[in-house]
Amino acid sequence: MLKKLFGKREKDEEIAEVLEGKAQDVGEETPGTGEREQLEVQDEKQKVGLYQRLKEGLNKTRKGFVNKVESLFTGRAIDDEFFEELEEILIQADVGINTTMKLVEHLQEIVDEKRINDPVELKQIFKEEINNLLGEPTPLELKSGLNIVMVVGVNGAGKTTTIAKISERFKNQGKKVLLGAGDTFRAAAIDQLKVWGNRVGIDVIAHSEGADAAAVAFDAIHAARSRNVDLLILDTAGRLHTQKNLMEELKKVRRVLSREAAGAHEHVLLVVDATTGQNAINQARLFNEAVEVNGITLTKLDGTAKGGIVIAIKDDLKIPIQLIGVGEKAEDLQDFIPEEFVQALFAE
Amino acid sequence: MVFENLAEKLQATFSKLRGKGKLNEKDVKTALKEVKLALLEADVNFKVVKDFIKKIEERAVGYEVMESLSPGQQVIKIVNDELTKLMGGTQSKLASASKPPTIILMVGLQGAGKTTTTGKLAKLLEKQGRRPLLVAADIYRPAAIKQLQVLGERLDIPVFSMGSQTSPIDIAKAAVQYAENQGRDYMIIDTAGRLHINEELMGELKDIKASVKPHEILLVVDSMTGQDAVNVAESFDQALGIDGVVLTKLDGDARGGAALSIRTVTGKPIKFIGMGEKLDGLEPFHPDRMANRILGMGDVLSLIEKAQETIDLKKAQELEEKLRKQEFTFEDFLDQMKQVRNMGPLDQLMGMIPGMGKVKQLKNMQVDEKALDHVEAIINSMTREERVNPDVINGSRRKRIARGSGTSVQEVNKLLKQFNDVRKMMKQLTGMQKKGKMSKFPFM
Ligand SMILES: Nc1nc2c(ncn2[C@@H]2O[C@H](COP(=O)(O)OP(=O)(O)OP(=O)(O)O)[C@@H](O)[C@H]2O)c(=O)[nH]1
Ligand SMILES: [Mg+2]
Repeated sequence: MLKKLFGKREKDEEIAEVLEGKAQDVGEETPGTGEREQLEVQDEKQKVGLYQRLKEGLNKTRKGFVNKVESLFTGRAIDDEFFEELEEILIQADVGINTTMKLVEHLQEIVDEKRINDPVELKQIFKEEINNLLGEPTPLELKSGLNIVMVVGVNGAGKTTTIAKISERFKNQGKKVLLGAGDTFRAAAIDQLKVWGNRVGIDVIAHSEGADAAAVAFDAIHAARSRNVDLLILDTAGRLHTQKNLMEELKKVRRVLSREAAGAHEHVLLVVDATTGQNAINQARLFNEAVEVNGITLTKLDGTAKGGIVIAIKDDLKIPIQLIGVGEKAEDLQDFIPEEFVQALFAE
Repeated sequence: MVFENLAEKLQATFSKLRGKGKLNEKDVKTALKEVKLALLEADVNFKVVKDFIKKIEERAVGYEVMESLSPGQQVIKIVNDELTKLMGGTQSKLASASKPPTIILMVGLQGAGKTTTTGKLAKLLEKQGRRPLLVAADIYRPAAIKQLQVLGERLDIPVFSMGSQTSPIDIAKAAVQYAENQGRDYMIIDTAGRLHINEELMGELKDIKASVKPHEILLVVDSMTGQDAVNVAESFDQALGIDGVVLTKLDGDARGGAALSIRTVTGKPIKFIGMGEKLDGLEPFHPDRMANRILGMGDVLSLIEKAQETIDLKKAQELEEKLRKQEFTFEDFLDQMKQVRNMGPLDQLMGMIPGMGKVKQLKNMQVDEKALDHVEAIINSMTREERVNPDVINGSRRKRIARGSGTSVQEVNKLLKQFNDVRKMMKQLTGMQKKGKMSKFPFM
């Protein structure tokens, strides 16, 4: 995982390709393909991933957080104040009240039961407790035959970028990947996916803006079959989970998927922005109710938000977290490793 | 209503205070403990919550309760005052340059909604008779320029772009020239989303600011943002000196606690709220309204004042007691209805009936004045025994009541059912309140 953090930048040839608008389906102009790489060449810091980032203490806020955890766990009594401070830390990581209380209460029981008075030992126990809650790593793995991943989430969560990242990963593993431009709603969403398709070097099945997303899904699945691809990833328009009609539309796309993809391995991936607070629980619940979510990608973990809400989601809905996004480039994708995530919450 | 959920929570909390007499330390503390939980669940930053609660406590304990208000209502007023103060006293407007164009710079994290908000803002300005220009300075995200161009086309508002090979600083500079030449009096610069800790890209924004001297720098923040909102807002403000905030995606069910957090840490006003993906979905931010909403009073807070004159508070408290103990009878129902009907438009006043504002199902209950006349007639046709103990109302009694009131058996049945529903809901509600776990309220 850490090796990836310092991985290569996108090759210059690839960039040039896109800039020339080489691929036909992008159209006359390929606006917005400027490369952030240029700016980030000297900015190696930005590439540092979750765990590393925390260890280094990127900014004062985080340093403050880390120090706080340290002082909390060393050389002090395990008293009410101790637990209160622990609660504070979790709540400030967006874990949410219910899950925080549950975790801390359980820890309290353990302390009483096992008569623990060493805070360092307690820290280890607490980490394990959260680890257990998060469960074993559940990476996104392809099965033999056609795999179809449908990517859903609220507006701006990072769906399209995550799709690019996933396709890059599996393409590098020698898999045949195809994309379906199922966001027919947002302005220039199709172009955005096509630009990514060009960058990564894979085809995109697209209709025009305003077309029926289910029809795109239909075509994409049939193209995937006839081209014998290993992985089809279907983009969808961002939508708030409270928008009934849009959720209905999503269900319809899902139905088409299930109907047309008989025999294929379907997987619904919910993209959650790590900056999100308690609302992410509602998001997960309602998307899950609508289309049965199989896994979560937690994006934007390269910022200062800790993404603790996924602990609550796992606790509540048992949906596994599979991937994390740690940047805006195709390689900025990592497997979600519960241990490392917890480690990041309680950096040493 | 945007903050409905939070509002309901707070309302539920404060209703517990009612009828307890004056505000003593214990009352306030108990109530504020739950307010604290409600605020945290609303994603208000932990530290902000702490400070806020402390402030309220200082103000509320020992506070002299106005004669016409219950202690609970008194606290509502105090909390409301503080919330309003926290979110800024008055509504803010956009800057306007003495020499056009007025330059607005849109900044924020990735995926916050900058581009859409840029389009919405342009539409708003145009509606006010301005001639805005959109400037595409997000050269990084694939198809971001195209996205703005599409919005410009839809709005029939020009978009200035120089592709993705020119630096955003040069684009911004050239756009000023262009706006001057074309007589555009506002220009809105859409920038790429960026992390507040990305020094390189924050530096780019500083450079844009230095070279075009925007009159208004707006930070666009997703209303679903959690605890991190304070870090983001603080960093952007420190780097750029923002002038205001736009809170997006408020058409969802996010509690929007970030509004309180950001306002507190930056002191900068929230100027607009984004509602929906359509380009007319930008509304001015009203701190007072928002505070009212947070409190669960909707517009009821203003009605409290009205009600002070009309509603017999002692009776109201007795009634709530009865509801809790489930001694609520048709007599009370009628009594309450008469009182409330003296006050004005009923659907607005439903929330005033103690205990009822909390019950979501009742909110959807259509309030139809004519139907209420029938209800009154039906209850008037009941015997005292029937009113106090509705369970005795069997088939033949129903027929008699229907005849007596000039209504139908169906209408009588319906009322009886509604009445039972209210009782049932009260039972659930009180059961939950006893457990003290607000989050488990079935109605929230
Ligand atoms: N820093 C950072 N930015 C990210 C990450 N993932 C996505 N982004 C950025 O977030 C913004 C939104 O990403 P998109 O992939 O367009 O999000 P989306 O969910 O497809 O958005 P809509 O289709 O508009 O709903 C873009 O600017 C991305 O570059 C991440 O892991 N870290
Ligand atoms: Mg997208």
